[in-house]
Amino acid sequence: MLTLRNVDIHYGRVHAVRRVSLHVAPGEIVALIGANGAGKTTLLSAISGLMRVSGGDIEFDGRCIASEKPERIVRLGLSHVPERRLVFGPMSVADNLLLGAYTKFRRREVAADLDEIYAMFPVLRDRHNQQAAALSGGEQQMLAIGRALMARPRCLLLDEPGMGLAPQICKEIFRHVVTLRRDKGLTVLLVEQNAKSALAVADRGYVLETGRVLLSGTSEELLANHDVRRAYLGREKDN
Amino acid sequence: MRECFEPKFEAMERRELAQLQLERLQETLTRVARNVPLYRKRFAELGVDPETFADLADVRRLPFTTKADLREAYPYGLFAVPLRDVVRLHASSGTSGKPVVAGYTRNDVKTWSRLVARVMVAAGVSRDDVVQIALGYGLFTGGMGFHYGAETVGAAVIPASSGGTRRQVAIMQDYRTSVFVATPSYALHLAETLTAMDVNVNALSLRYGLFGAETWTEAMRAAIEDRLKLTATDNYGLSEVMGPGVAGECLEKAGMHVNEDHFLIEIVDPATGEPLADGEEGELVITTLAKEAYPMIRFRTGDITRIIPEPCPCGRTMRRIGRILGRCDDMLIIRGVNVFPSRVESLLLEVEGVTPHYRIVLTRQGALDTALVEVEPTEALLFDRVSGHQALLEKLERRLASELGVGFAVRLVEPGSLARSEEGKTIRVSDRRGLSTGS
Repeated sequence: MLTLRNVDIHYGRVHAVRRVSLHVAPGEIVALIGANGAGKTTLLSAISGLMRVSGGDIEFDGRCIASEKPERIVRLGLSHVPERRLVFGPMSVADNLLLGAYTKFRRREVAADLDEIYAMFPVLRDRHNQQAAALSGGEQQMLAIGRALMARPRCLLLDEPGMGLAPQICKEIFRHVVTLRRDKGLTVLLVEQNAKSALAVADRGYVLETGRVLLSGTSEELLANHDVRRAYLGREKDN
Repeated sequence: MRECFEPKFEAMERRELAQLQLERLQETLTRVARNVPLYRKRFAELGVDPETFADLADVRRLPFTTKADLREAYPYGLFAVPLRDVVRLHASSGTSGKPVVAGYTRNDVKTWSRLVARVMVAAGVSRDDVVQIALGYGLFTGGMGFHYGAETVGAAVIPASSGGTRRQVAIMQDYRTSVFVATPSYALHLAETLTAMDVNVNALSLRYGLFGAETWTEAMRAAIEDRLKLTATDNYGLSEVMGPGVAGECLEKAGMHVNEDHFLIEIVDPATGEPLADGEEGELVITTLAKEAYPMIRFRTGDITRIIPEPCPCGRTMRRIGRILGRCDDMLIIRGVNVFPSRVESLLLEVEGVTPHYRIVLTRQGALDTALVEVEPTEALLFDRVSGHQALLEKLERRLASELGVGFAVRLVEPGSLARSEEGKTIRVSDRRGLSTGS
């Protein structure tokens, strides 16, 4: 569904992503793991069109999207939930969600989608009139995901959904991701510094190191790989 | 499609396969350039920057890795992970020099088991089978490789190991073996033993046989299938690259499907190293795509074969390679003509009256090579008149000369007098040209 071939990205003179090739099949949850500064967020931003690639191809559903505008990419069915959620603090929860539906014009459709999001995250319904800034971190993450879902994407890019959240809340967010895949067939590309929780929900993963893909495999394989254990799981057992 | 262990990969679309191969090739290059000093040095010397590899065809810019490189790195020089990450070691036979040590991480062992399982399922094996593995267990990858593969399929595995033929027969009868895994020459030896022991082959439970680890021929396949009453398939592997599980035939019996998601294959001219077109015969070169401990970049296998690009009716999309025609280093040069022993074998077997047991003896008289083939006649021929023998010899000699372009003398020898393979591989060639022949 999503295929990257030889993608290069420069930040000014910094070669942040080096010839990265990866793919995500329909209905898959794929994790990009790696240390801070490995190029994970940069890569997601390039996929959603927020950042220009300096080389390589990005294909979504067989269509080249490497030079498309972000709003066009959202319309094609690819939504991005950014790092640090970036909800609009002074606006209400409901308005934040409605902003996500800017690609849709039919009021009835939007209302139905909103109901669905509320059913999935009841806490957002309870607080729909409150300012987004008043929500807890976990609730804000749900809001950010809900806002992305309002565009009815087929593929979701999730950047560090667990950042700064308590382990229990983090688990809950990941549970929602799995549910979305199961119920809606949603395809997910997930960036996560916490390799263990990402690989617990992902089917496969890619390990990024200083802008290069060093390793890929099923989550099970990556969890068994000693390099991954040493570098990203913060421990090493002999078995 | 018929039974398939991992259809998601074995029958994947070629376009998706190419993407997966590219991803894995790039990752492998990044890892070896980082972790293996020999590759890092070579890439630097040749000015090859793995980061500029944007296409599978770019692999041609990389230097070859040869058996000599592996021996020089003995024992662990080419490992891409520290030894503490390695859970298994195997070694190739050191018959011609220092052995080559191959290491496997836990993931490598699992992957290997899955790939062997693919080959076994393609060859007809299921979890209902009783698999007797008569390949050497130990440093050789054959026994252990098939063992883990068969367990992964879920079959009941008998680790019989090689040798002890009468015991093998007893096991085969008592345990109701349905799948036999061995070298083809050993399968024929077992067939003879069955006859000698007066065992009724039809009363055995054999269904399928997987044979490999040495070159064999269609005629040998026919002989094995007829005498053991099973369906025989060919398979391919080598410890330098992994072991068994690199490629194997499906029940179409028309070439071995290569597990291309794990091995990138090329065919090159053995003399020049230049790539050859699909279908042309040449040396098989393999790059591993997902090995952790012992990755191999453009390894020259020394095996002569060809790529069969046409799709297979079985539904697998993985391309096939043809039967291994010989080893580059087994190739004999007789009076300036290149001859593969396997070619001699297949020609012998096309003629009625001889068995697959033969030996090529090369001597030198003065400056001239003399080539002799010793071959055991069939039982039926033994009781024939001497004139029948003479006619057979002339027929064989004519055929060898016309097909190979070099004359061989043919001699019939006592049945059972030529060496059989009890342990590993049979020696088919005796090259005495370097020795003084008293001239």
